[in-house]
Amino acid sequence: MKFDLKVNGTLHTVDVTGDMPVLWILRDILHLTGTKYGCGVAQCGACTVHVDGQPVRSCLLTVQSAAGRDITTIEAINQTEAGARVQQAWLDEEVIQCGYCQSGQIMTATALLQKTPHPSDAEIDDAMAGNICRCGTYVRIRKAIHKAASHDV
Amino acid sequence: MMSEKAKIVSPSRRAFIGGALSVGGGLLLPTFLPGLPLIQTAQAQDALTGSLFKPNAFIRVPSQGAIILVMSHAEMGQGIYTGLAMLLAEELEVGLDQVQVEAAPADPAYIDKGASEEETGGSSSTRHCWVSLREAGAAARMMLIAAAAQRWGVEAAGCKAHEGRVTHQATGQSLSYGALADLASHQPVPEKITLKSPADFTLIGTSPRRVDTKAKTNGSARFGIDAQIPDMKVGRIMACPVKGGHLTGYNKQAALAVPGVVEVVTLPDAIAVIGDHMWAAIKGLEMASPEWDYGKNSTTSTEDIIADMKKASDQSGVTAVKRGNVQNALRNAHTRVNAVYELPFLAHAALEPINTTLHIRPDGADVWVGTQVPGRARQEVADATGLLLEKVFIHNHLIGGGFGRRLDSNSIGQAARFAKQVSYPVKLIWTREEDITQDQFRPYYYDRVSAGLTNNGAISGWHHRTTGSSVSARWSPSDMDHGLDPDAVEGAAETPYTMPDQLVEFVRHEPDALTTLWWRGVGPTHNVFVVESMIDELAHKAGQDPLALRKKLAAHQPRAIKLLDEVAKQSGWGKTLPDGHGMGVALHYSFETWAATVVEVKVEKDGQIHILSAHSAVDCGPVVFPDGVVSQIQGGLIFGFTMALYNEITLKNGRVEQSNFHNYRMMRLSEAPDIHVHILPNADAKIGGIGEVGTVAAAPALANALFAATGKRLRRIPFAKQFGKDAV
Repeated sequence: MKFDLKVNGTLHTVDVTGDMPVLWILRDILHLTGTKYGCGVAQCGACTVHVDGQPVRSCLLTVQSAAGRDITTIEAINQTEAGARVQQAWLDEEVIQCGYCQSGQIMTATALLQKTPHPSDAEIDDAMAGNICRCGTYVRIRKAIHKAASHDV
Repeated sequence: MMSEKAKIVSPSRRAFIGGALSVGGGLLLPTFLPGLPLIQTAQAQDALTGSLFKPNAFIRVPSQGAIILVMSHAEMGQGIYTGLAMLLAEELEVGLDQVQVEAAPADPAYIDKGASEEETGGSSSTRHCWVSLREAGAAARMMLIAAAAQRWGVEAAGCKAHEGRVTHQATGQSLSYGALADLASHQPVPEKITLKSPADFTLIGTSPRRVDTKAKTNGSARFGIDAQIPDMKVGRIMACPVKGGHLTGYNKQAALAVPGVVEVVTLPDAIAVIGDHMWAAIKGLEMASPEWDYGKNSTTSTEDIIADMKKASDQSGVTAVKRGNVQNALRNAHTRVNAVYELPFLAHAALEPINTTLHIRPDGADVWVGTQVPGRARQEVADATGLLLEKVFIHNHLIGGGFGRRLDSNSIGQAARFAKQVSYPVKLIWTREEDITQDQFRPYYYDRVSAGLTNNGAISGWHHRTTGSSVSARWSPSDMDHGLDPDAVEGAAETPYTMPDQLVEFVRHEPDALTTLWWRGVGPTHNVFVVESMIDELAHKAGQDPLALRKKLAAHQPRAIKLLDEVAKQSGWGKTLPDGHGMGVALHYSFETWAATVVEVKVEKDGQIHILSAHSAVDCGPVVFPDGVVSQIQGGLIFGFTMALYNEITLKNGRVEQSNFHNYRMMRLSEAPDIHVHILPNADAKIGGIGEVGTVAAAPALANALFAATGKRLRRIPFAKQFGKDAV
């Protein structure tokens, strides 16, 4: 079946089954590999993208439910004001270790700041609870979110 | 702070010539262009002209463009690309903004001299490269200076290298390294290499921006799983869920009926469904409904393994250390504790699942993968395909978390046995479920310890018998010493403490139903938990302060005393704490680094554990990349806390019961404490490792804090469920 997917402002027509998760369309068809596969069951957050500005786990987001909506991936998040600030804060705080989860962390953090420009620690805990970092960069993620929120980047 | 120009390029197709200081020159060699069939690409691009100064396997200075530093060790988050680049750049006299780094191919030129193979592990990369890479950089610098001196007809001594240029100080003449590349490649390799004095370091000891992080903020970093090869297909692998079983049947028609499925291929013990994309492969494998003969392990449960291990531990093992008269000393002890400590099987659960992309042709193979052991990976593929070793090219990639898992290349061999059955390039992925259930696991350990104190608080007898699988026996049999696995007793045979009467034994017990492997912190993660728990038990039983007792027992270790004092000061050790709070300490020397760690916890009435803070004081000798040390201790502690609180792999009917992050739980951001790292500089000491140090400290410091908070002694990992809190 054909679906029109709008990814990072560009319309793509893909011919796949309706149950195909957006994750695998991004990675294997559109070759946007910044969005990562970690668990396949929305437990780790590595595949987080924005759908109409909301953070969504793309591993469980089917193409039929995503068609016609605005999808933003890590490759274009710098085009949002909050996304660019989060990326810079991530570098300034030297958050990243292996980096595999960090696309998802940045996407979730960006969505948080878009909704809550000055989050408290509790709001950060809440928003980031679905994103696993196996390297344990959590201490720096928290700092970087506060830094991005302060516009001190 | 380095600029963002430094970026990672993928490996070159160039086969490096062995010999650390062989002189190359001539053609500008191609860097790997993702997506092109590489052997042909290399030949095509060999026609390009240009000059290249290649003083050794680690440095390439082209006449134009960025200087390439070749990374002999794998970047899996530990920051080694930055650390190694700093060592090379310091002596080469270039800024990190003037270089690009690329992964080394599998080639003997990149053998880690300390490990005797191409290997990233054991927190050893910086230790093993500390001198050799600085020498490689210095040799290149000296040849560039010699080239400039020759060009100008002046003495080399009057020329100075700085930020990628050589300048003649008297006349101010100056040339870039690129302009000198051709002439430099004809200079003799210096016989005597002079390294800079540490006082003159401008890069080592600073914290520049990591060379790999920019690409990791915008999705452009390429991990193995991100390889994109033209005409590539994608496959999902499933192996028999019970070790030793085999495939008996599957529904091929049903699999092929799934849109996008291309092919089903099998091995005696595994099946792969290959499709145009991973979703087709995932669904195809479900439809294939593989059937298995589970074999002889089909009734094994963890309880059986532990019972066998417990029985095995009744007997004496191979002696690792024997000093004095342990039985007498224990008999005469004023305070005595007998205890059994147990540590579970553990999965690595790196966030990037196991994957390998291969193109196997009659005349050669290309393999795109992240590996800690490129040489072993190459051998696996050669063995699986019958190709000559030199026909196998390993394109090493960034690794999305290693933790020891990528020290084994069994998954690469398996992938090659599948890929040789098809003509096209194929990316073979283990799902998360496959990654956890088919992992090679950290061994289960069953440790019996009897220890005593004199009435003066000196150790009066220490008998530690550890029982478990030997990873060395399988992975590095030459490390075995008359049946003793040094890893199994690392951190137990040598402790920070004075033990005049000490007996340490190893009982090897191999479970048939699973395979064991290195796991972050290796021997010390196991034994330091046991030793530091027992020291704590003795202190409490004797009514002594645990930190003060450690200072007394380690009085002959001045580095340890300094660290204990520092961590006591920083953590506020001894201060009055609210009810339900407790502080625990752990001291250890591992990977040639000393560390003292204090953890503060709060345990609620319902058993909920909160780790409130952690302080680590660290002496790793000379420090190359201070912020890298801090982040490794922070991350290492979280990795260790996660294991200590939640993790265990269990078997039922031969199958691993855990499968994904819902039942193999990771700590979340909300649970992460503030972690303060205090580096005590020690430039004159031997350089130590850092990647595993935090993980080693986590479980004992946490267990001791939980005891202080609740009076409950945790002799078995994981802890949370012992407070009524399920991991899930």
